[in-house]
Amino acid sequence: MTAIQIDSVEKSYKGFKALKGVSLNIEQGEFFGLLGPNGAGKTTLISTIAGLIRPDAGSVRIHGHDVVGDFREARKRLGVVPQELVFDPFFTVRETLRLQSGYFGIRNNDPWIDEVMHNLDLTDKADVNMRALSGGMKRRVLVAQALVHRPPVIVLDEPTAGVDVELRQTLWKFISRLNREGGHTVVLTTHYLEEAQAMCQRVAMLKRGEVVALDNMSTLLRRVSGSQLVVHLKSGGLPESLRHLVSHDEHANGNGSGNKYTLRVNDYSEVEPILARLREAGAVIDEMQLEQADLEDIFIQIMEGK
Amino acid sequence: MNLFSVGFRTLFYKESLRFWKVATQTVAAPVVTAMLYLLIFGHVLDGKVQMLDGVSYTAFLIPGLVMMSVLQNAFANSSSSLIQSKITGNLVFILLPPLSHAEILSAYVAASILRGLVVGAGVFIVTAWFAHLTFVAPLWIIVFALLGAAILGTMGVIAGVWAEKFDQLAAFQNFLIMPATFLAGVFYSIQKLPPFWLAVSHFNPFFYMIDGFRYGFFGQSDVSPWTSLIIVLVFLVVLTTIAITLLKRGYNLRH
Repeated sequence: MTAIQIDSVEKSYKGFKALKGVSLNIEQGEFFGLLGPNGAGKTTLISTIAGLIRPDAGSVRIHGHDVVGDFREARKRLGVVPQELVFDPFFTVRETLRLQSGYFGIRNNDPWIDEVMHNLDLTDKADVNMRALSGGMKRRVLVAQALVHRPPVIVLDEPTAGVDVELRQTLWKFISRLNREGGHTVVLTTHYLEEAQAMCQRVAMLKRGEVVALDNMSTLLRRVSGSQLVVHLKSGGLPESLRHLVSHDEHANGNGSGNKYTLRVNDYSEVEPILARLREAGAVIDEMQLEQADLEDIFIQIMEGK
Repeated sequence: MNLFSVGFRTLFYKESLRFWKVATQTVAAPVVTAMLYLLIFGHVLDGKVQMLDGVSYTAFLIPGLVMMSVLQNAFANSSSSLIQSKITGNLVFILLPPLSHAEILSAYVAASILRGLVVGAGVFIVTAWFAHLTFVAPLWIIVFALLGAAILGTMGVIAGVWAEKFDQLAAFQNFLIMPATFLAGVFYSIQKLPPFWLAVSHFNPFFYMIDGFRYGFFGQSDVSPWTSLIIVLVFLVVLTTIAITLLKRGYNLRH
């Protein structure tokens, strides 16, 4: 079942094209990452999914319900954690969550509200006014608000921006459980690429309003980059025959006693020939590491158009 | 559309709780202001001018002040809530759930009516001691209080949706609501005006709300309460249509 169907969505602001015909499908139960640099169009796309922004062209459907034409059915199925740290200063945490439940047509929701607060370590703050909470606690309440109606599709727009490690761990533990045990679809945008790599099964990368990569995390990690061999030479230099493999070239190591090179390798069988050539060139290796390429490397390569 | 839906009731409850939690500012302050108007104008003019036959100026003034308070506070409730939510960003909590346009409008308007009536009742309670009041047709009092508050609550929604900053809302309030209220016969009968301003006053819908409301007390009015009722109802329908259209289009709400 397709949880979110995004079809040729375009959006412009005063001549600036924020989204240029974005299309992608997210299946029910997926943990999906939406990545891109600032200004790539991530928040515009999420706001379009949430119905906060009306697209100029194209459509978005949640479980088959158009977010504009059939907005009530679409919104019932969607929980959105906005990027901005917003709150209503008139109410306590519990009042805020009860009100949010009511807006979704749910009465007597306290058992679930208590469970959500417990899982987000908010129970102690239940009767505290929103104004008195720290930024991290307010962020937890935003997450709780998005979950009060048990939406099958959860969208988190940079939920861990500027929050401490404890909240990140608490949040991911709870969201992972909802995804794993409850089958909730999770769509995540984040600038912490290690988070996306750890959590997401599939990723779309946006650049200037366009999808420039859309693949499974494992395929993406394999396809684009391979591994990296980092060699720190005590003496000698890198032979010309290996120059084309260099991805990072950090000459002086601080005291001028050697050179450090990062070489791209596709698999382990390419390591031995590299070492042989270094020996033949008279280079002496001081330190050596074989590093697996991570999402950050891939992200940089894709964004730089390599 | 189900006006008794959980969504409507919740938003109505939230909007009512919002003003009640700061009742000193939203209820007590306007009551004190109306009281000051009565003390100053009543003291200076009572016995010197007569607007209606057999009715003292202070008695004439009280229904006007009550209705002015109802109208201004009904407008303030929906407009200030919307603009504050827009500026602080928490309007997103109303925009993300599956609330219908009618539920949103009716909840904001219902809470505005409630605040208008609470403040109006407060003004009445503290001012009624200063004059002998009659209640010739109490049903008209209730009907015009409800309709007036509904109209201004709806205008508050329109202004709150339209305005993007406090400045714009203040302009709406100071250059439209305030003059229209003051020039609607709160402090005087329009029959005392020169012919030109008398004619102009008949184009002010606020005049009909106050005139009809005052009829309920004294059984005397500048125009028939039935005429006022029809004009007020038409005005309410027009404003409701505008408000619903703005909400449907997501004007200044969904970009």
